[in-house]
Amino acid sequence: MAKKPTPEELSKINYSLPYTGWMYNPVEFKDGMFCNASKPESLNTVDFPNARKWSVKDEDWNLPENWKEIVLEGMKERLEKYRSFRLFMDICVRCGACADKCHFFLGTGDPKNMPVLRAELIRSVYRRYFTTSGKMMGKHAGGRELTLDVLKEWWYYFYQCSECRRCSVFCPYGIDQAEITMIGREILNLLGLNIEWIAGPVANCFMKGNHLGLEPHTIKSNFDFMVDDIEEITGIKVEPSFNRKGAEVLFVAPSGDMFGDPGTYTCMGYMMLFHEIGLDYTWSTYASEGGNFGFFTSNDMAKRLNSKIYAEAQRLGVKWIIGGECGHMWRVMHQYMDTWNGPADFLEVPVSPITGTRFENAGSTKMIHIAEFTADLIKHGKLNLDPSRNDHLKVTFHDSCNTSRGMGILDEPRYVIKNTCNNFYEMPEDTIREKTFCCGSGSGLNASENMELRLRGGFPRATAVKHVQQHHGVNMLANICAIDRAALPPLMNYWVPGVDVAGMHELVANALVMKGEKERTQDMRLEDLPEKEGAEDV
Amino acid sequence: MATKLNDILRKKKPAILKRWLDVISATYSGEAAAFIKGQKNQFTGPMGYTIQEGLEGLFDGLIDEAPFEEIAPFLESIIKIRAVQDFSPSQAVAFIFHLKKIISEESQNTSDTRGVVDTAALTAFELKIDTLALISFDLYMEARDKVYQLKTNESNDMVFRLLQKERRSCEMQEQGLEQGPNIETPILK
Repeated sequence: MAKKPTPEELSKINYSLPYTGWMYNPVEFKDGMFCNASKPESLNTVDFPNARKWSVKDEDWNLPENWKEIVLEGMKERLEKYRSFRLFMDICVRCGACADKCHFFLGTGDPKNMPVLRAELIRSVYRRYFTTSGKMMGKHAGGRELTLDVLKEWWYYFYQCSECRRCSVFCPYGIDQAEITMIGREILNLLGLNIEWIAGPVANCFMKGNHLGLEPHTIKSNFDFMVDDIEEITGIKVEPSFNRKGAEVLFVAPSGDMFGDPGTYTCMGYMMLFHEIGLDYTWSTYASEGGNFGFFTSNDMAKRLNSKIYAEAQRLGVKWIIGGECGHMWRVMHQYMDTWNGPADFLEVPVSPITGTRFENAGSTKMIHIAEFTADLIKHGKLNLDPSRNDHLKVTFHDSCNTSRGMGILDEPRYVIKNTCNNFYEMPEDTIREKTFCCGSGSGLNASENMELRLRGGFPRATAVKHVQQHHGVNMLANICAIDRAALPPLMNYWVPGVDVAGMHELVANALVMKGEKERTQDMRLEDLPEKEGAEDV
Repeated sequence: MATKLNDILRKKKPAILKRWLDVISATYSGEAAAFIKGQKNQFTGPMGYTIQEGLEGLFDGLIDEAPFEEIAPFLESIIKIRAVQDFSPSQAVAFIFHLKKIISEESQNTSDTRGVVDTAALTAFELKIDTLALISFDLYMEARDKVYQLKTNESNDMVFRLLQKERRSCEMQEQGLEQGPNIETPILK
């Protein structure tokens, strides 16, 4: 990061020091850069502490008198509990490799959005209170007092990190800023310092099983709409079942797919695929959320929300689970669910009833990603696909942070897309796969009030999309994440007009030639297919 | 003569662009300014790259006397970035005006002119910069309008569902039905 000054710059050096260093500049809350404060009713629903009305720009955040003690005690507890946290606090050498890897820094230019400095916000307090040198020498050992200004700074910047982990890919020590942010947020939650965009969905999910607060009858009625659309497009009536005991597979998707466009087109794709292969599966209106906003508040809350997945699988007596296209859901399922709520001994190792493939990689969790499932079907020639039905699309693929860096799902979606679309173009190497740029709205930051933050954070991703738009005429940004499907449309609208957003299974649904279907004249969006001859049987 | 001035400016292009980039970089904080100047890769340093590419495109367009429609996209790429950053409208577009000062100084500071510059040509050039400034106001407002539109769209999505629910419930009441299964709740995408 540090740049050697040129001789000219050296000769012009200004010896006067700034009034204050980074440690002592109080945070300035800028409109468009933060989300609204959590509401008391949301926190009360899940028994989170210090539920009260407060506003971010208020001087007084209505904190308990002993807030400082709570924070330091919370830090101490987590330093003892999580070795990774203590390690990350100790080992950073400030090499700066991470500094320009954060999409928020790249889009804002705010130095406190450099991962190294974001971590330093909490690391400085760690040094002051938990290291001998810091206790003795204070700021001379990089320590600083925990003050209200520091706390507010934490809140502002830990809710400007989308926990995407791109910086950790470049850190020679493997310091995971996402975990530092998670713990930072967890500590803030001890004081009731959350954002409503997270707290509301957490409360909904706790009470009703999904972030949107959809009740069983609402879910069912939404599916009825989708089933009607599928029939209009294909002439085939699919018959999804709900809460059906004895089904072989439980399917869990992010609830955004059940309700908001373009997620609904992906949801229709799931149903069409399962219908076509005759999978014995059921949806659940209770385990009706694959996502887990609890993951953005605390480890315990995430565990509580996650527990419904196995509980419902057990109640329904299914053999194994498939999960839909979601981002952070998969970090949770892949890396946490087994230790939180497993072992799921009552389930079986997933075996595709169509291909016989045994998914040993899910031998413990008993849950596989639909991209793996569909890629396996295609690999074994079990799907009749007509990719020309997607010829009106020039597609690129955005790797979601959590599925790519969190669990290594890199090739399956590409394999599926290349088999369902004739026009596929990769974005530049530094912006895809493990090095993918975040949508700028992950980890519960996809509210509307922080639109400027989202647009800045999404700028690096948009730049790469613009490149393939200019060079290849790309007009569709495919992805396998529900937050992407909600966050990327406005991002594209601002930076790269003319590029639309689709889930992978929407593309599958367009290309899938179903047994007994009528000649297709429309795509999943009920828009006319430009070349009708592409709709004929293959 | 205009061509002569343009020739001088063409020769002075690296110095002028460097100073112009310095001006725009100085509107960011210290470390970030250094980053912006150092960012040469379109994808790993998109802000610095876009700004540098934009400034060069603008400058080339001006000295090549390209039509404004051809120059505007370069301006747009910079304005769009600054429209969502921490700048007031005047701060966001101020860098355009700085080009006048830089060009005036650089064109005098050359052996070609021996300190004498064709005032008419310079004035004509400055008028073009003024036109760019006017275009930048439009672009800035367009970008801000878009941001508000995006916020409104997201809010509308939520209200739409509420209205849909209300409408359905009214229709049901009119038909003497209880609230049935077709009730929807607001969306939290």
